[in-house]
Amino acid sequence: MNVAIVGIGIHPFGRHDGISGLDMGTIATQQALRDAGIEWSDAQFAFGGSLDYTLPGSSESNPDALVSRLGLTGLQFVSVQNGCATAGSALAMAANTIESGAFDLGVAIGFDKHGRGAFAADPGVHGLPSWYGEVGLFVTTQFFAQKINRYMHEHGISVDTLASVAAKAFRNGARNPNAWRRTPLSEAEILSARMLNWPLTQYMLCSPSQGAVAVVLCRADQAHRYTDRPIYLRGAAVRTRRFGSFEVFSPYLPLEQSPSPTVDAARACFEQAAIAPTDLDVAQVQDSESGAEIMHMAECGLCADGEQEALIRDGATEIGGSLPINTDGGLLANGEPVGASGMRQVYEVVLQLRGDAGDRQVPGSPRVGFTQVYGAPGIGACTVLTT
Amino acid sequence: MAVQQVPIADGVFTWPADAPQLIGSECPACEVIVFPRAVNCPRCAADAPRDRLLARTGTLWTWTTQGFLPKWPYTGPETEDTFSPYLLGYVELPGEVKVETRIVGATPETLQIGMPMELTIVPHRVDDHGREVVSFAFRPSEARGS
Repeated sequence: MNVAIVGIGIHPFGRHDGISGLDMGTIATQQALRDAGIEWSDAQFAFGGSLDYTLPGSSESNPDALVSRLGLTGLQFVSVQNGCATAGSALAMAANTIESGAFDLGVAIGFDKHGRGAFAADPGVHGLPSWYGEVGLFVTTQFFAQKINRYMHEHGISVDTLASVAAKAFRNGARNPNAWRRTPLSEAEILSARMLNWPLTQYMLCSPSQGAVAVVLCRADQAHRYTDRPIYLRGAAVRTRRFGSFEVFSPYLPLEQSPSPTVDAARACFEQAAIAPTDLDVAQVQDSESGAEIMHMAECGLCADGEQEALIRDGATEIGGSLPINTDGGLLANGEPVGASGMRQVYEVVLQLRGDAGDRQVPGSPRVGFTQVYGAPGIGACTVLTT
Repeated sequence: MAVQQVPIADGVFTWPADAPQLIGSECPACEVIVFPRAVNCPRCAADAPRDRLLARTGTLWTWTTQGFLPKWPYTGPETEDTFSPYLLGYVELPGEVKVETRIVGATPETLQIGMPMELTIVPHRVDDHGREVVSFAFRPSEARGS
């Protein structure tokens, strides 16, 4: 893939009164345009991702409304809603648009402003019968808990390791001025918190939140027109569930088992980039809950199943470790504004590869980074980035 | 007078029945079994799967607790004040399919992945007509041979 990222912008993640998701998306986009040294009128196309406006009772805006804020220039603007991979999908579509030769310069934008508490949705939206929700089985966090419980059983992951992952997230979040939860918590505090879905306590699960990210992309051979520090997008892949993978919102699972869409997306992405997981210097993976970070490490090929227990105990995934993971605090410290979440990961990798990550900078001038999002209704999206 | 009982939905399990069974679908082409009934086979997309009555016993494949009151569309009778955590999981029916289900008659301390489980019908809520809406659940099987 011959695409470069030449500008990035972010609106801090968290809960923000008096400002809409659309406002946050506008702010992030203006910042990304400034970072690239371009005007909105220079953008030939944009993909805008957001989820909340499609949820029951939401008063949030369709991403297309951004053009009324940024300028009615007539550009190609496409709104993207693709479940929890909305931001990852918007970015991948933008990259593919440049790769195809259709346009040379564009923007991928993601924003969301969610209310408090777990997402509520109509099972019918996912093609499921209403009784499945009525009896109390249609709750996303139940899926994550059941998946990690089975994984712990098969691969010897301990509850203490779940707490270690969450403690790292809050430590890293404390070093990130754009993070939501910036207070470090001890493993003991995490383990003794309210049990939401066994084995996951309150601090092991991320919450829906609010925020926005924008990224300016261009043809790789034109990147130096905009910046002397381009970051190259070498691979971007989106994949959906195959029959037999263990997915959220599944009233049944067949006896035959298939790899998750994350496995397929990561494999395709590394292949496209001609880069191996062993080449990575920094990675951001979906930590909807602390077990998800552990499972996604293996699903992305960053380690073998079961190796996480020793890797995490030995500090491999810390900022100073051999493969730092979720250096900005991940979803646990940033929450999940679905439309922006996957692009937050890309924003963080760009900062790290530029050497601009401040207090949480990975030492040794990292050159290769990776991102992965996963979520309902069984979608994975990955990117590989290099200096 | 006995309270009238109605199932949570038609076609989910056989009802009324002395030994109710979940109603799945079996694909006429690739023979895969799914639950609940499917319009077409999600594996090979063949039309017209046939009904398949599923086994009443299996083994626990994974489980969790629900520690907070679910939002709509949950219709259980609890309020924030009366809610207490419930159990759920996937039960593997040998040679058939794994089904997601509420679990009763157990605690987090007594559940073990791999333990034998059996189907049961449980009250869910009382509807506007005063009828008891019943749903399905699994519970640890009665100890055998001991």
